[in-house]
Amino acid sequence: MSTILEIENILKVYPDGVIANRDVSLRVEDNTIHAVVGENGAGKSTLMKIIFGITSPQEGTIRFRGKEVRFKSPNDAIRSGIGMVHQHLMLAPDLTVAENMVLGIEPRKRKLFLDQEETLRTSKKVSEEYGLDVPVEKKIRDLPIGVRQRVEILKALFRNAELLILDEPTAVLTPQEVEVLFKTLFKLKENGKTILFISHKLKEVKQIADRVTVMRDSRVITTEEASHLTEEKIAHLMVGRDIAGDRLPPSPALGDIRMSVRDLCYVTDENIRALNNINFDLRAGEILGLAGVEGNGQTYLIKTLTGLLEPTSGDILLENRNIAGLSPRQVRELGLSHIPEDRMDDGVAEHTSLEENFIVDRYYKQPFSRGIRLRWKDITSHSMDLIKRFQILTKNSRTPVGSLSGGNIQKVVVARELSSDPEVIIAAQPTRGVDVGSEEHIHSILKEARDRGKAVFLVSADLDEILKLSTRVIVIYNGGLVAHFPDASAVTDKDLGPYMLGVKKEEGSSGKIHP
Amino acid sequence: MNPLLKSIFSTEFAFAVIRVMTPLLLPALGVAITNLAGSVNIALEGIMLIAAFFGVLVSAFTGSLFLSLLAGIAAGVALAAILGYFHLKLKADIILGAIALNLFAAGFTIFMLFLITGDKGSTSSLKSLVFPSVHIPLIRHIPVLGDIVSGHNVLTYVAVLMVLVFYIIVYKTPLGLRIRAVGQNPDAAASVGIKVDRIKLYALMLSGFFGALGGLYLSMGYVSWFSRDMTAGRGFIAIAASTLGGNLPMGTFLASLLFGVVNAFAIYIASLNVPSELIQMIPYLVTLVALTIFSLRTLRKRPAKKEEKKLHVDEAAL
Ligand SMILES: Nc1ncnc2c1ncn2[C@@H]1O[C@H](COP(=O)(O)OP(=O)(O)OP(=O)(O)O)[C@@H](O)[C@H]1O
Ligand SMILES: [Mg+2]
Repeated sequence: MSTILEIENILKVYPDGVIANRDVSLRVEDNTIHAVVGENGAGKSTLMKIIFGITSPQEGTIRFRGKEVRFKSPNDAIRSGIGMVHQHLMLAPDLTVAENMVLGIEPRKRKLFLDQEETLRTSKKVSEEYGLDVPVEKKIRDLPIGVRQRVEILKALFRNAELLILDEPTAVLTPQEVEVLFKTLFKLKENGKTILFISHKLKEVKQIADRVTVMRDSRVITTEEASHLTEEKIAHLMVGRDIAGDRLPPSPALGDIRMSVRDLCYVTDENIRALNNINFDLRAGEILGLAGVEGNGQTYLIKTLTGLLEPTSGDILLENRNIAGLSPRQVRELGLSHIPEDRMDDGVAEHTSLEENFIVDRYYKQPFSRGIRLRWKDITSHSMDLIKRFQILTKNSRTPVGSLSGGNIQKVVVARELSSDPEVIIAAQPTRGVDVGSEEHIHSILKEARDRGKAVFLVSADLDEILKLSTRVIVIYNGGLVAHFPDASAVTDKDLGPYMLGVKKEEGSSGKIHP
Repeated sequence: MNPLLKSIFSTEFAFAVIRVMTPLLLPALGVAITNLAGSVNIALEGIMLIAAFFGVLVSAFTGSLFLSLLAGIAAGVALAAILGYFHLKLKADIILGAIALNLFAAGFTIFMLFLITGDKGSTSSLKSLVFPSVHIPLIRHIPVLGDIVSGHNVLTYVAVLMVLVFYIIVYKTPLGLRIRAVGQNPDAAASVGIKVDRIKLYALMLSGFFGALGGLYLSMGYVSWFSRDMTAGRGFIAIAASTLGGNLPMGTFLASLLFGVVNAFAIYIASLNVPSELIQMIPYLVTLVALTIFSLRTLRKRPAKKEEKKLHVDEAAL
């Protein structure tokens, strides 16, 4: 087997003094699927950015196909045969798939004009060549995220990429989409390509990787054959201790009803019934898990519960007050907190500091403001406290949130939401993009909240997470609740599957589930 | 029939609409193309003014229409390029840069006017040649239609032609594709090796070109002289027109036509016994109303788009 990429002794220090890669060496063998795993902030994305020429290291060498290379920009990397699928997809939403694929190397007609037939033809050809089906004439905007990702992969292949880098490609995909992606990756391997990818989901790593590199604290710990590793072993290498993957012990005591949802409906402007007569109660001291394939109404449910959308009809009772249609601030004042599913859009303001992000929901309160003045001393000490308690990896509390690693940004959101001492916590994808160590940490925080008698509503695309944490589980399909499992400890993913896919449906007395 | 209504339903009125639309349509195309590239160009006012001035200046000195045309275009494109330099190279805020250039253009042309005419008064002006009017063969003899569309200044036809040129550039050339990509997701464009700043500069220069034609029309077609501040806010109404038109060629054309109707209307009722201050407000009032309606419409369409899309495509992903 030959080596396609060889990295030696990379040192990368960011301008603000953060050392992201220290003496990093890595060999990627030709025609393999190579996984890179590691805690949040371990330096994985940085390493990929170095390989792709987005940022350059202070020290170290990179050899691609035996030749030493020094990429000054992604362009150089692309020209050498490296492609990258970024975590945040790099596509122009109002252009078609084909247009996105040819962008920058457009086929021309009479020098000056775009050759539209050729654009379509070559895009179709590449898509057929690799058996990756995409609707080349559709706009990116109209495609689900899994298909968009396939477009990104094709974009790289169209530029003759031999080595394909994927940074957390599965973080935003539904389990079904992940399956499709993996098939794609296997196909590419059959076609002689090499794939380098980052993931936090060790199950996935075991499933598709040939070799695994583990990073911790800006260094490479080890690179091993995947067949020699177990999930537990990888987790141990990553965080340096064992990770408990067990289900939570049952709630100590179920308390009163904290939130009741009655006949909640939401009809979109396009007249789609996104939520259809949703009924459930949420009790103090429990974690109620909402399982479902993404896109079945979860987003609408979360948004109506948290005041971001006004439901078309129905009631949401929080502490016996109807909060349907109240503003997010009013809802929060009543003791509800919300970990949004999209941390970049709804969770943080990326160009502002951690401090500012920590107080956005309470800046107007004591002790953070007095009169018209903000009290920065208190804000800073509050922030330092959260950074410590939630083990957020950051230079200091004034760092812009956007420069943290993905998982640490998630922790900033979780820290803010749980530190307001809420009675009801709406947690949507609370551990998305978070490493196993931090995942465990966030899980234990949610458990602790539960044990202190808080009510937690957990929405997650990750079934393992639902099953691990939940006291009870409900299933949503096509905007309606289709199943209720009062005892989550007796449930397996096999039980949930048919309901999630709409194959099975539980019928209550009124024809609707009412947990 | 009421004399006002009668004059509005006349061919003269329709002719006037096209006449007043021209200096709105051209800068509106200019705004639209920079909008597509993701920058907001509010400097069309200055671009038009400076082009109007240099066109007249060169016509006075050389007596050549062709050279005037070149001078006007060069001045407009240069001003747009200066804005690009401030914004893209020096990283200045594009709005501030544009305000500075608008003020500069106004001050500079007044100063030059004073130097040349020696008259500081607000009514001083510089005589100019004009671009010829064109009578379209055959069509000119068709009743009604001929009276409306034939006999306009050649730059009016150029303006309409520019709608097509705009369409071709934006939708039929690699440059247009890149302009749109840069406007929609600059990171995506950069990630495939497109030089984002350069594309934005090209878009700005194109907007300078469109705007310059509009300015030239004002001083060398609409009237036959240059006077201070003669753009009178058209560069700003153009922003409204392109926004209303969704930055699409046909949309921008129709929106400009709408503003043309309103402006022509204002001119017509000026002959009646209505205070002229009130009349002068009409175009701006209509702009406000149109923009409000437009915003309300887009606002209502917006919330929670994300998931509804996914709802029915999940099967496709399987
Ligand atoms: N542009 C930047 N400027 C300054 N520091 C940065 C920048 N990007 C990343 N860092 C820091 O470098 C370190 C490594 O970040 P990196 O994004 O490589 O981590 P990661 O392993 O990809 O983590 P995650 O799994 O959370 O995505 C972190 O401490 C991060 O805060
Ligand atoms: Mg990362």
